[in-house]
Amino acid sequence: MSDPADAGTPDAGRSPAPTTTPSPTDTSTPGDDWRGVAAEDVEDPEGQASLRLERRSRRLLGELIRPRRGPVALALLLTVLQNASYLAGPLLVAGAIDVGLPAALDGRPEPLLWFVLGYAGAAIVSAVLQFAFITLSGRLGQDVLLELRQRLFRHAQRLSVSFHEGYTSGRLISRMTSDMESLDRLLAEGLDGLFTSLLSMIGIAALLLWMDAPLALIMLAALVPLVLVAGWFRSRSRSAYRRTRSSMANVITHLVETMNGVRAVQAYRREHRNDEIMGEASGEFRRANKRALDVLAVFVGATRSLGNLNLVVVLAVGGWWVADGRLELGVLTAFLLYLRRFYEPLDRLAMVLDSYTGAAAALEKISGVLAEAPHVAEPSEPVRLVSSRGDVRFEGVEFGYGEDRPPVLPRFDLEVPAGQTVALVGATGAGKSTLAKLLARFYDPSAGRVTLDGVDLRDLADEDLRTAVSMVTQESFLFSGSIADNIRLGRPEATDEEVVAAARAVGAHPFVTSLPDGYRTEVHKRGGRLSAGQRQLIAFARAFLAAPAVLVLDEATSSLDLPAEQAVQRALETVLRGRTAVIIAHRLSTVLIADRVLVMDGGRIVEDGPPAELIGSAGGRFHALHEAWRDSLV
Amino acid sequence: MDTDTDTAAPANTADPTRPDLPGGHPSELSSPPPRGETAARRSATRALLRLSPYAGTVRTPLVTATLLALLAVLAGLAMPLAIGAAIDGPVAERDLAGLGWMAGLVLLLGLVESGLHLARRRIMSGPTTAVEARMRQDLFHHLQRLPVAFHDRWPSGQLLSRAVNDLSTIRRFFAFTSVFLVVNTITILVGLAILFSISPVLALIMVVIGIPTALITLRVEFRYNSESRLAQDQQGDLATTFEESVLGVRVLKSLGRGRHLARHFAAQARQLRGTELRKIHLLGWVWMWIMVLPEIGVAAMIAYGGYGVATGTMTVGSLVAAITILAYLRFPIDSMGWLFSEANETATASDRYWEVRDSLREIEDPAEPADLPRPVRGELRFEDVRFRYSGSGGAEERAGDDEVLRGVDLTLVPGETMALVGATGCGKTTLTALASRLADPTGGRITLDGVDLRDLRLADLRTAVTTAFEDPVLFSASVRENVRLGAPDATEEEVVAALRVAHALDFVSALPWGLDTRIGEQGLSLSGGQRQRLALARAVVARPAVLVLDDPLSALDVHTEAEVEAALRRVLSGVTSLLVAHRPSTVRLADRVALLEGGRVTAVGTHHELLASEPGYRALLATPDDEDGRDGVAEPAGNEVSSR
Repeated sequence: MSDPADAGTPDAGRSPAPTTTPSPTDTSTPGDDWRGVAAEDVEDPEGQASLRLERRSRRLLGELIRPRRGPVALALLLTVLQNASYLAGPLLVAGAIDVGLPAALDGRPEPLLWFVLGYAGAAIVSAVLQFAFITLSGRLGQDVLLELRQRLFRHAQRLSVSFHEGYTSGRLISRMTSDMESLDRLLAEGLDGLFTSLLSMIGIAALLLWMDAPLALIMLAALVPLVLVAGWFRSRSRSAYRRTRSSMANVITHLVETMNGVRAVQAYRREHRNDEIMGEASGEFRRANKRALDVLAVFVGATRSLGNLNLVVVLAVGGWWVADGRLELGVLTAFLLYLRRFYEPLDRLAMVLDSYTGAAAALEKISGVLAEAPHVAEPSEPVRLVSSRGDVRFEGVEFGYGEDRPPVLPRFDLEVPAGQTVALVGATGAGKSTLAKLLARFYDPSAGRVTLDGVDLRDLADEDLRTAVSMVTQESFLFSGSIADNIRLGRPEATDEEVVAAARAVGAHPFVTSLPDGYRTEVHKRGGRLSAGQRQLIAFARAFLAAPAVLVLDEATSSLDLPAEQAVQRALETVLRGRTAVIIAHRLSTVLIADRVLVMDGGRIVEDGPPAELIGSAGGRFHALHEAWRDSLV
Repeated sequence: MDTDTDTAAPANTADPTRPDLPGGHPSELSSPPPRGETAARRSATRALLRLSPYAGTVRTPLVTATLLALLAVLAGLAMPLAIGAAIDGPVAERDLAGLGWMAGLVLLLGLVESGLHLARRRIMSGPTTAVEARMRQDLFHHLQRLPVAFHDRWPSGQLLSRAVNDLSTIRRFFAFTSVFLVVNTITILVGLAILFSISPVLALIMVVIGIPTALITLRVEFRYNSESRLAQDQQGDLATTFEESVLGVRVLKSLGRGRHLARHFAAQARQLRGTELRKIHLLGWVWMWIMVLPEIGVAAMIAYGGYGVATGTMTVGSLVAAITILAYLRFPIDSMGWLFSEANETATASDRYWEVRDSLREIEDPAEPADLPRPVRGELRFEDVRFRYSGSGGAEERAGDDEVLRGVDLTLVPGETMALVGATGCGKTTLTALASRLADPTGGRITLDGVDLRDLRLADLRTAVTTAFEDPVLFSASVRENVRLGAPDATEEEVVAALRVAHALDFVSALPWGLDTRIGEQGLSLSGGQRQRLALARAVVARPAVLVLDDPLSALDVHTEAEVEAALRRVLSGVTSLLVAHRPSTVRLADRVALLEGGRVTAVGTHHELLASEPGYRALLATPDDEDGRDGVAEPAGNEVSSR
């Protein structure tokens, strides 16, 4: 807040909030081999940052500012007025010395008094306007930030699963964290300051030219070396700050991964190696930071020297002219005072320019995400589905992940009548999970259609579709909050009794009640102590509470032990009564409760029938699988 | 006004003179990690004093920098005096030669001022960044050696903010805050003295203006800092919500709960906006006063000085000098409040830093380590081992009897594979953690080849005993580095061989850069089965005498499981292994099976023996086909086990 030059090192004031994942801006230094190769973060506009915004960013910025035109104009007006009253100060001092003092010497103190009162008045007006401007522009900035955050959040939820898989979570999260922080930093460190500084510099230059053009020109000649120094600083500091940021990102990644994986670290005696890696990362940050500080030191030293040199020139020439009678003493005094005000915002200006380039790059990346069209879009005129029977059909469905990769489902037809429980069996890559994802509309087929009760999934309102079709996957993600909150996610309006009943149904009740806070246990604080199986049971309870017409289970029981799996199966048998279910399971025991088994291979159904029938057909694939599985039991 | 920086935690009486001694101080391991603001506000001075061992390393540059800054500031202060003298003397007397001399003097002072400031910054940049790096390294070193129980309680975000934000505050304190606390105090006193020599009344005006300015900045800075911390927490919460919405996007999509979470997010974002607005308001407030008070001082000086000039008691030059001095003292006066609050922040940062550094390592090399008999045979013996989670949730939890292990007796004969079977949550994973001393038993003992684990060097123990966890941790590094975690000096051939054994070579070769591909959070994401196979390879490459595997096959599909199982069989031969098993297929790998029930091993035998004799075992591992109808016998037994 006071000396910006010292107060804010690039990462000091506002380093990423604890949970942020830094964006991997890779600077491969020697000795970095262990890190391995990853797809480079190609979108790195900071590299060729310029002062101009890209069209995409400009459009976004326009959308955000347009509804706030009035307040923006008011803020600009405020800062102009504030500057005017602030600049009046030295002028009034000059008047006091040149007009007021001689008058006072003549025995007329009134003019001096008026100058003094005017000076104080201008100061008070300027301060009040400053307050108004800071709060108004701050509110504007925060409103824009709030809207941008909400937009990004909602948009990320609308974007399809395929986008999320391609973009990766880490990058998306840094859009919301470090990029938003760059924008916030610009707002905090003084977009307002930028206006004020530029305005006051222009104002001072104009004023001085008006007061005494020759002296003003001499003074303004110092702008030439100043601009050169600022240009040098901007190019040097940008690369220095980039290095501090990327090396700090490495420090943060290493620290967080080590702490989160401390079991493996200790069990595998990784501590020394980690110390070395941290020493490297931290040392790299130290060097980068020292460099940034040194560049800053030179910049501040150079501008200060120039300022002082300028002062001396003005004093010498001005003093000479005053002695010659070509200049009023008051004007010289005013010049000397303005000189200070002219140089004051320079340090800040350089810092703001730096955060501006960072923020422009951030805005560009954010607008990139917001410009992504959702591949799996909600229909503009959705067909309402009040209550679904659960009649599922795949009609001539084709699907592949990307143009250049072979199709996963070449041409696929399947009819699952309402209420039937279907189990999918087949090797990895046979297309089971793809089938499940198409049914849950994580993807849309490239040809053909998937229908629910005869309606194309693409025509259904998202809400109706999600009420009708629920999917439980192998990765049972828990959100922070209590266990009850997590189960209730299935149906937010469910009562406590219904939550407990759902947990009871899948056999999660005993272990939940054995936790110290029961259903109110916070999962994240203790998430580490919930086993994979327990997490999966909670995810199951969640899906059961949702009670959809169609339930899709994608390897949802892989981490359960047998009693738990059996409990889930018993629950399934009651819960699935009257519902359609598609089950992908590792364990053949789960498959046995199905009405019908589909054995898939290469995206096609190669066997289809009730489990007992398939087991009986010697030579069949399911028969062979079942034999192998039986052998494994004993 | 800073009530929110106070928390009611008990004071930690640590010896500030010996902070480098690991584990030298008693610490409240049982207190849950505080959020945001931490620990008791001890005396800020004492907290700052604890930095002295590190401050010692920068003593010389610190003193030099202070002297340079002082000289620079004094030179700067002399400039307005010289200007005043120039106006009163040569300018008034039209003495151009004299003007030249005075201009030369101002130039000299100006160059000295800027040159010394430059020198000060250059002198400090190296040592202070080095201190920051050293403190971070020491913290990291210590953290890695703290017990797993510590990390279960402390979210990594809390540790991160100490390693980054707090250390940055401390560096700033060394580089700037401490220097200018001294320099500004002297500057203000000197400036006051000069003003006093010009006119006592002008000095008085400065005092009257300066004191409220400093008080207002101090007061606002305190509030601003606490709002900043709040904003940082709220930013963290917001980030967490977004992170979860991205990581859990499949869950949200499949349940259609995106909007639900969006509302939650919006509420949090609005809260953050409120905090930021309060910060902005404070900022506007402090700026207003900083701008207006000195100007009123200047006005008062002109009024009084003008009167003095008119009555002939003062010269125009000294009035200009006085005004310029006031302008010059503005920054030192404004910044005193800010510097005090920075010092207070540093005290907090120091407390937070030492709070972690003071935590006991607990699990360490013994004072007089015993040697493992060579070669290691691998006889692992649990004798009446008890374990309870302590300090996880405060008193209400400890009141209940939450002993997880209640006297486990189990012996693994060298070379044998022992499966450990028990209901979910019965302590199997806890038991595996004890074998490599990730935690110590709270009762009884564990021996390896007859030596108590606690008498062994950690390095020896963890070389002999290797653990692969159920939820395999992959680091953001190459596949090779991840596998070599188990043996840093393993050759390429050994890594490849281990991958082959774990049936991971095929998919690793198919990765875009093969063994060099970065995986983990910042690289390619792998499926559960792939991760598990890499974890297996990691354990294989370590070639331990005792291998502990926590359900190594859980995330594999039926086909891969059969392949990995075959591979594992080769790995396990000749190695003593403890194998947590949920599945009959995993149990089949074992020579013997131990049944863990009620915190004890209730039976040991082969799979068939236990199936025949133990109803509890049958409930856990018998499939419907092994029973007389799946709704029959097994159900009550199963309920009994799982509802205990």
